[in-house]
Amino acid sequence: MTEAVLSPVPQPLVPQGAVGRLFAFVRRLVREKPLGAAGGAIFLVFLFCGIFADFLAPYGMNETNLEVRLEAPSLAHPLGTDHLGRDVLSRILIGAKLSMIVSFLAAGIGTLVSLVIGVLSGYLGGKTDMILQRGVDAWMTFPDLVLLIVIISVVGPGIPQIVIVLGLLYGIAGSRIVRGAVVTVKESMYTHAAQSIGARTLHILARHIVPNVMPVLIVLFTTRIGAVILTEAGLSFLGLGVPPPEPTWGAMLSGTGRTYMYLGPWLALAPGLCLTIVVYAINVYGDALRDLLDPRMRGSR
Amino acid sequence: MYAYLARRLLALVPTLFFASLIVFISMRLIPGDVIDLMLAQNDITTGQDRARIEAALGLDQPVYVQYFRWIGGVLTGDLGTSLWQNVPVTEQLKATLPITFELGFLSLIVALTVALPIGVYSAIRQDTAGDYIARSFSLLMLAVPGFWLGTLVMVFPSVWWRWAPELEYTPFFTDPLANLAHMIVPAILLGLSMSAVTMRMTRTMMLEVLRQDYIRTARAKGVGEWLLIARHALRNGLIPVVTLIGLQAPLLIGGAVIFEQIFVVPGVGLLLLEAVFQRDYPVISGVFLVVGVGVLLINLLVDVSYGWLDPKVRHE
Repeated sequence: MTEAVLSPVPQPLVPQGAVGRLFAFVRRLVREKPLGAAGGAIFLVFLFCGIFADFLAPYGMNETNLEVRLEAPSLAHPLGTDHLGRDVLSRILIGAKLSMIVSFLAAGIGTLVSLVIGVLSGYLGGKTDMILQRGVDAWMTFPDLVLLIVIISVVGPGIPQIVIVLGLLYGIAGSRIVRGAVVTVKESMYTHAAQSIGARTLHILARHIVPNVMPVLIVLFTTRIGAVILTEAGLSFLGLGVPPPEPTWGAMLSGTGRTYMYLGPWLALAPGLCLTIVVYAINVYGDALRDLLDPRMRGSR
Repeated sequence: MYAYLARRLLALVPTLFFASLIVFISMRLIPGDVIDLMLAQNDITTGQDRARIEAALGLDQPVYVQYFRWIGGVLTGDLGTSLWQNVPVTEQLKATLPITFELGFLSLIVALTVALPIGVYSAIRQDTAGDYIARSFSLLMLAVPGFWLGTLVMVFPSVWWRWAPELEYTPFFTDPLANLAHMIVPAILLGLSMSAVTMRMTRTMMLEVLRQDYIRTARAKGVGEWLLIARHALRNGLIPVVTLIGLQAPLLIGGAVIFEQIFVVPGVGLLLLEAVFQRDYPVISGVFLVVGVGVLLINLLVDVSYGWLDPKVRHE
């Protein structure tokens, strides 16, 4: 109530409610960043396919039919069949589902880890900041893929492990960006004002710091989705990702499938093409989002 | 310059300590039943072997003793012995590191020859069709998975023209040409996948430099466009690109793991993968540590050369 007394602001012109704001944002995205909007739309198509994969897939993902082994694309099998007569389109769709599950969960965990480390490091500062940042330095020294391979070699492959390890990997790396944003907000007038009237630290964090680094978190989450999809595919390709018989796009390009590609070259096309398109789309959308929400982050990839 | 060097070296100490902790802790996370699995996988079942492996992994000591024994060994050049091949890890690294270095060096040359001219062109002709094509290409290269490119190169030429990339490794000093014939395909693919970031960075830096006052001055006094670019813009614009070589080092090693696997190049990446599938933990932790420290040292070298190229940095 006190807020209303202190600031008699007229009704803002921005549309009210979550749905109104979402529509306003989409309109702005389409007008100012058409390419980014297109990327977002393509990604939504993949997301849709992933969510409804079980209904859309014409055959079961592991339904073998040895009479139609290694058949070229046809009406019955639009993307052909593999060496066990499994329908490639169905496997691609289920692969989309797995990609979406892993990438949303891992990017979510990653963003949360970035937030916690970034806030601890940026808001508390001092020794905590120094020790945490040296740790982050050391972590980021190791190449992503090598770090993943080593950790997976210890904890073993599997969806939960992959999600947690990928989340941790990108979360720690992304904490740098959150920390930078937190430091800026911490030095702002309203944070100082809140501190001077004796607001508790948790209150300041929840009401001032976190809402103001929200744009950074949204951009971070979006750009991480593409990175997670690519890295998970790389791991599956090496045989260290989601274990078979789950048909991930990375795994479809590796292992036994590889030897049959010489007889059925179409097997080599669909999974890679899907990966490229979906990652390209989300990258372009992420770039546009960053330009609209948080121009400061430009070029910080 | 020496003060700068000393400061950089000192700043490296805590990072190195944390890096060693990461390697150490990740190896301590090995669950106990993994040893059973290792034994089963390798058809060894006697009780003595269990004790031998536990001792080799240092699991029979308190944690802090384990750490100091391990780090003491590392500092004296002892990274342990491979569990299954009975060869010191340092020997395996000595055999594989030069091969990965060669692959990395070739890829870097490919990446720079592709990225620098296109990046510069993109900046000079900002917002033209050529610029858009170049930028779209670099965005595309960021999205294409390297292992897919590798797979395509393996499959399609052989289906269409009965040509396949060489997969047999020949040491460079035995037959340089045969060696290059094998390395060139993975090097081109790895270089292409690295060129995207370099291209973007070169473009940004050149755009920044082209907006400076001294460029306007040079243009005003009538310096020709090509001389302007070569003499005034490139020299200043390319200094930050040097740092990229440091930033690319982790990317390069990650890519090396993938391409060494596809093209059967017996480098560090392949060593790591084979060790992972055999659960050869001393080898895994050795490669892990050496790769991390290697990246740190490359970054140090790059920082130092940066200070040498750009006097402004030294005196900050």
